[in-house]
Amino acid sequence: MAFSDVNLTRARDIVARYPRPKSAILPLAHLAQDQDGWLTAEAMEEIAVLTGVTPAEVQGTCSFYTMFKRRPCGSLLVSVCTNVTCLVTGGPAILRHLTERYGDDDDVTVEEVECLAACGGAPALQVNYEYHEQLTPEIAEALVDDYKAGRRTPRTISGAQR
Amino acid sequence: MTDVNDVPKVERPPGVPMSQWPSAYEYVLPTGAPGTVTLTIDGREVKAQTGDLLIKVAQDHGTYIPRFCYHERMKPVGMCRMCLVEVEGMRGMQISCATVVADGMVVHTQSDAARQAQDGVLELLLINHPLDCPVCDRGGECPLQDTTLAFGPGESRFVEEKRHWEKPIPISELVLLDRERCIQCGRCTRFADEIAGDALIAFGSRGAHTEVITFPGDPFTSYFSGNTVQICPVGALTATPYRFRARPWDLSAVETSCTTCSVHCRGALESSSNRLVRLLGVDSEPVNHGWLCDKGRFGYEVVHSEDRVRHPMVRKNGELVECSWPEALDVAAEGLKRALELNGPKSVALLGGARGTNEDAYVWARFAKGVVGTDNVDAQLGDGIPAEVALGLPEATIADLDRAAAIVVVGLDLKEEVPVLYLRVKRAAEELGVPLIELAPRDQGLTRYASTSIRSLPGEQGETARRLADALGGARGTDAGADAAAALLEGRAGDIVVVLGRGDLAESAASTVRAATELARLPQARFIVALRRGNVRGAMDLGLAPGFLPGRVTLDAGREWFGHAWGSVPATVGLDAEGILRAAEQGRIHALMLLGTDPHDDCPDHALAEGALNAAGFTIAIDAFVTDSTKRADVFLPVTMWGEKAGSVTNLEGRVQRVGQKVSPDGTAMPDWRIAAELALRLGVDFDLEQPEEVQDEIARVAPAYTGIDSTLLRRARDGAVAPVADHRDELVLGPVSIPLTDARWEPIRPGLDAVELEDAKTANDEADALRADRLTSVAQSAGAPPAPALHRFTGGVTDTAPPARDAYALRLVTGRTLYDGGITVAASDSLSELVADPVLLISPQDRDRIGVEDGAEVRVTSARGSLTLAVRADAAIGTGTAYLPFNLPGSGVSDLVDLSTAVTDLRVESLS
Repeated sequence: MAFSDVNLTRARDIVARYPRPKSAILPLAHLAQDQDGWLTAEAMEEIAVLTGVTPAEVQGTCSFYTMFKRRPCGSLLVSVCTNVTCLVTGGPAILRHLTERYGDDDDVTVEEVECLAACGGAPALQVNYEYHEQLTPEIAEALVDDYKAGRRTPRTISGAQR
Repeated sequence: MTDVNDVPKVERPPGVPMSQWPSAYEYVLPTGAPGTVTLTIDGREVKAQTGDLLIKVAQDHGTYIPRFCYHERMKPVGMCRMCLVEVEGMRGMQISCATVVADGMVVHTQSDAARQAQDGVLELLLINHPLDCPVCDRGGECPLQDTTLAFGPGESRFVEEKRHWEKPIPISELVLLDRERCIQCGRCTRFADEIAGDALIAFGSRGAHTEVITFPGDPFTSYFSGNTVQICPVGALTATPYRFRARPWDLSAVETSCTTCSVHCRGALESSSNRLVRLLGVDSEPVNHGWLCDKGRFGYEVVHSEDRVRHPMVRKNGELVECSWPEALDVAAEGLKRALELNGPKSVALLGGARGTNEDAYVWARFAKGVVGTDNVDAQLGDGIPAEVALGLPEATIADLDRAAAIVVVGLDLKEEVPVLYLRVKRAAEELGVPLIELAPRDQGLTRYASTSIRSLPGEQGETARRLADALGGARGTDAGADAAAALLEGRAGDIVVVLGRGDLAESAASTVRAATELARLPQARFIVALRRGNVRGAMDLGLAPGFLPGRVTLDAGREWFGHAWGSVPATVGLDAEGILRAAEQGRIHALMLLGTDPHDDCPDHALAEGALNAAGFTIAIDAFVTDSTKRADVFLPVTMWGEKAGSVTNLEGRVQRVGQKVSPDGTAMPDWRIAAELALRLGVDFDLEQPEEVQDEIARVAPAYTGIDSTLLRRARDGAVAPVADHRDELVLGPVSIPLTDARWEPIRPGLDAVELEDAKTANDEADALRADRLTSVAQSAGAPPAPALHRFTGGVTDTAPPARDAYALRLVTGRTLYDGGITVAASDSLSELVADPVLLISPQDRDRIGVEDGAEVRVTSARGSLTLAVRADAAIGTGTAYLPFNLPGSGVSDLVDLSTAVTDLRVESLS
């Protein structure tokens, strides 16, 4: 079973909230991702059973969204914007620095993303979808280290408040 | 016109959880009030029905609007945007595949704006398309290629590198996916979900990364996967058996009927260099809607199997050795004569005939009954439904399923036995809202679409059917399940269509007969007898059944008529297959003819078949393969197969359709019916039949149910003719003179009548009316002929015996047919033989725990007849107290357990660990 007993109960509650079980695919995928840190194949199979569709349909839906990680992912997901405003204010340098610094760190996954709609505070990044703005490579590294050391509490891997 | 945004308001009852709210948020196209609307398409005024889609109305009136995602048999999605047209007064371009016609609508499909939009869509669709047409199987018949040529810009402004994928990747054993070529029209994914109900493929990722995916470890193992290849508008999906085998312009096609099972889906059979290479589904409204199952689609490989017998053989010094046709026929005729002289006609028997055409069946029936004089003739093998039942029930057509008050499926698993009929029943239940009542011993293919499923143990089917019939007839209150089923019919008028078959070969046929008897009491009940073998219906209709003569008349009723037509008929009713095998086992059959049948592997009672084949006297095999049965023959007469001979066949609803010849056989094989005629000649009777059309004409003349279905009618009837034609004349669609067997066009392939020019249509109709009238009056009455006999009617009266009580430790065996079985079609097709599953005994989880075995463990299974060792697995689909084992899987040996003379087969299952 992919879901823990507690989460399985929650999953069933979520399914019951929708007129059609199929509509619960996305919230269940969030639930599974928060439980396991990424969206496992076993979880997609169980979601399929709970929502009455095939695993292929669950994968089809979940793979549409980049926020579902279908490969193991660090518990800290650092999303660095390199779109226009961040591009000219130093986003790529932050991305480069963090990628090198945490390249071998299993706890941290650094990804490049499109515009985070935080141009006013560029360059910006998100850690587990929490915004951090007006960064330099050094500040960004210190920030991630704070999270790693427990001085800051991250959201879940799907971005939910704990 | 109804406003598209006018979504009906839904009452949301307070205190009811959201999951139980009534849902009005289905995607429903507005239909408006029923009636006729007038609109203008490209300056021409046309009439249409409210609710019709613009793209279809335009096409029906001769204006083709380009499209990729739209397919008539599926719901519109508007994914490809190719069908954009300009509608006056509507803002922007409209996708005609999802636009409903409205009164006064003015549509331009070729205006500058429309052409510019079509150019733009094609340019976008081609951004990532590799244009590898020279090495693509679709090249030459590719909708994208054709549409680009007809509607596209010719040049692209996109010069960037195209996307690349690993190519091709298998999505199942039979289908390969080339993602570079895919234009994301969603036809395959919609087919898999909407039509087949196997949503094992879906779109993954998004944007330029969109791809068709399967879930890891869960391939597209649908019985209908080949249809996605046919409807793919590019070369993204290819079938492994056809890939790189031919180019479309080298192919020639004939229209034919697939005879893999008894549904007889229409198809276009294509060959290149005298080799069959492909079968495409033809869209026949009354039969298959264009779909084929994979066994039918790829089963043509059997025709070119290396193991085919190409020349006649006779046994010399214990070995079958090749010889000339005259020698083989002489030996066969001598063997028959000897048996007749020494032991009389009752010592001669004929088994089989369900694999041939109607012409084969008729001439063999005439040979056996009119020349040899034996009625020991059976096209089934104790695994079917007696002819007196199958030929005498009030009948329904496949199309009747769509408008039935309810459908009752008794016994068989349609998905495994008659897959395209399964699609039709699924559609009726799911799309058309026909209540589906299932009566079966376990969960099977249709269960998820059934409105109610009534479970019964083997042997109790008749009693269950009685309670259901009582409830449907108004006598409620004795059985809650039957009452629930009857409640489904409230407010519904029309026939109850019963699909009747043998779901369990381990229980006696009496159980099915009893169920038929009970349900036939209902005045509104009509039946589709779903026997699986290819042309079993045609064979029985044309006399290959004990007690029957061609045309659904009993031996007694037809004695005078056929005595006149043939000269003589058997004196008494003969033995059925079980009786023949028992007589043979006891040494009373001195000459046995095996007409394309393999009792050794295909009879549910293996010990009986084995004993019979060993003890039978002179044995003549009329077959295309040496099998476990025919290897014992004294003479082997090789026959041509489907695709190698022309003729006609009758499907499970009684529809007579043509089969076409596409290739000539290797070697010297002959059509079955010619062999019968040759043997008759050697026994002193000249049938004077040279062509299949002559046989058809003789059938139309002498076989009462086939009156009027002669070669002329068959050549002109687009959808064939349902026998007896007098009861179905309104369904006849006739063309002028002769309907050509079409060259296949890519989609949807229409039956032949499309080739008729429109201006000919009126003449065609007049002629058709005349021909129709002609059919009804032309019961050929030669001078001095007796009056035509009445068709047989089944009046019930057959009772089953109550099955013995099951002891608490025994499991009652259910064994049903499975699509990919050990039959020759699968075994001799390279592509299909890979798909055969290993036999596993399925039991309920409760029984597994009681017996105390693990899934996958070996168990010993023992019946009163024999025992086997095989793997066991628990499956929630299996009812407690029963065990399921597929029939005729290589290695399953289930026929070692079954005794045809007992009502049910009880098993002991012991753990070996």
